[in-house]
Amino acid sequence: MTRYLVGKLAESLLALWGVITIVFFVSRVLGDPAVLLLPVGAGQQDLDALRASLGLDRPILEQYLISVLAMVRGDFGISFQHQRPAMDVVLERMPVTATLAGTALVFGTLIGAVAGAIAALKRGTISEFIVMVAALLGQATPVFWLGIMLILVFSVDLGWFPTGGSGTIAHLVLPGLTLSVFVSASIARLLRSSLLDIMREDYVRTARAKGLLPRTVFFWHIARNALIPVITMIGIIAGELLGGSVVIETVFAWPGVGRIIMQAIQAQDFPVIQAGVALVAAIFIVVNLLVDLLYGVLDPRIRRR
Amino acid sequence: MAPLLEVRNLTVAFDTPDGTVHAVNDVSYSLEEGETLGIVGESGSGKSVHALSMVGLIATPPGRIVRGEVLFNGRDLLALSQRELFEVRGKEIGFVFQDPMTSLNPVLTIERQIAEPLRRHFGMSASQARTRVVELLELVGIPDAARRARQYPHEFSGGMRQRVMIAIGISCNPKLLIADEATTALDVTVQAQILDLVRDLKKKIGTTVIWITHDMGVVAGLADTVQVMYGGRIMERGPVRAVFHDPRNAYTWGLLKSLPHGGRRGVTRLYQIPGNPPDLTKEPVGDPFAPRNPFATERCRTETPPLGEVEGSVAGHKAAAWYDLRAALAATQVQP
Repeated sequence: MTRYLVGKLAESLLALWGVITIVFFVSRVLGDPAVLLLPVGAGQQDLDALRASLGLDRPILEQYLISVLAMVRGDFGISFQHQRPAMDVVLERMPVTATLAGTALVFGTLIGAVAGAIAALKRGTISEFIVMVAALLGQATPVFWLGIMLILVFSVDLGWFPTGGSGTIAHLVLPGLTLSVFVSASIARLLRSSLLDIMREDYVRTARAKGLLPRTVFFWHIARNALIPVITMIGIIAGELLGGSVVIETVFAWPGVGRIIMQAIQAQDFPVIQAGVALVAAIFIVVNLLVDLLYGVLDPRIRRR
Repeated sequence: MAPLLEVRNLTVAFDTPDGTVHAVNDVSYSLEEGETLGIVGESGSGKSVHALSMVGLIATPPGRIVRGEVLFNGRDLLALSQRELFEVRGKEIGFVFQDPMTSLNPVLTIERQIAEPLRRHFGMSASQARTRVVELLELVGIPDAARRARQYPHEFSGGMRQRVMIAIGISCNPKLLIADEATTALDVTVQAQILDLVRDLKKKIGTTVIWITHDMGVVAGLADTVQVMYGGRIMERGPVRAVFHDPRNAYTWGLLKSLPHGGRRGVTRLYQIPGNPPDLTKEPVGDPFAPRNPFATERCRTETPPLGEVEGSVAGHKAAAWYDLRAALAATQVQP
């Protein structure tokens, strides 16, 4: 297990380095931040001075090496826009993003699990049909569209919830609902098919032949095995949501990590872009490691590796 | 004394998109306490389905019990509610299933899987169940039982898993143990070990056994009575010795003829029954084996032969045939 974890960790660091490298070079192609930072009509001298102070006048490979070495030490540079450490700028937004992600995950998973279980247990009935159609719609609807529709109906027309921003529970309802719909639809569909697969397994017949009660058969023999792929899916979704849903944070003016990265890209604030993407990648990796560990708990065949 | 199990006119069908599959057709037989019955037949002969349907283990739908009675200890199992059947399964009728690789739950310990019926039916505490699990594992010949009980199925070999399956089947001392192709997935040496174990267990605990298999050889070594099924019907049944030495149904004869004989000299091609298994979606008319039977008469194709006592054989030897296999064989000089 330790060897497995060390291997995974090495793999993760390699992935992180890859992400940072790609982001570094791609962001350099975006344009010249000095032009954006100075007022329109600033002279060539001012531009050169600013570039020099930001370190942008050095050869690109040198800039890259300096950045990477600094990142190894935990230094992601100073935000061009905010004049504060870039990582601080991103981390400040983390609680806001985590609140939304947590809400969507908890409600989405609960609703999705119940719906998926109903669809599988009521196979061939109208209940299954309704759940499956709803799930398909939920998965196929673009989240930005759903978000805008919810704002139009519940904020603009009915005035029940604010159109955007964060801070109170009321602010959380619409973006939380939008993301929950997507999360629960994905989980319901996967759980249903996973349950139906497991129900056909020979060991479920063995469990029934023992005279076990249906609920014992369902929870201990069917659900326990059917959850394994669902856990992976929840892990992937959690990683995505914790990295900040750029689209939803933009639609609802939700001041989270996704939004700050988006703003940094528009302003060509290289340190913040790099800090943001590195953080998102790191979160994704950590969540996936946790999922791997959870696998070991759920499935003894993996534990031994 | 009344028989332990009496199956009367059991008929099971499956409603599929391709039509109704007539899986079990009018099967009747009885089984005495302590007897070992070997049920032989090819895939689709209805041998497994009829056993599973007795205790409500077929999916309904698509499965459907058309008619019949299954008297077990005088009670009709088919008339019981689901709740009452939960009490019969595992407690009074134990099962051992085919593939030990897939018939055990991969994420639960062996101990838990054997303890489940004990805790469910006898209300045993965790520690009582643990003691019994170790006893059972020792009984089925698993060394180092206390340690092995805490392991998971993937840590066991195929033969060892089948021993675990048997331990589950006999855990509650059932009156009847139904083994469905219990040795089919195992290699020959392991198969022999498992058969030894079952013979040994029968001596120790005296359970009545239904052993379902497609292997005539297994039946010869294990069963008191053999019952040959084809197309959802019983073609022949009787004491093993009588049926093996004096088969009266052409399908039984074909099965026996296609067995390899270890002692025979030279290389002879094994007999192959001509034709294909019956299409069970067709309404059963006549003798289901008639299309493949070289001895079939006109009557075989139109009228279903009843299972009747065989003339000139021992009591209890029954066959379903309009033709006289013994006379036909004598006439053609073909020897089984």
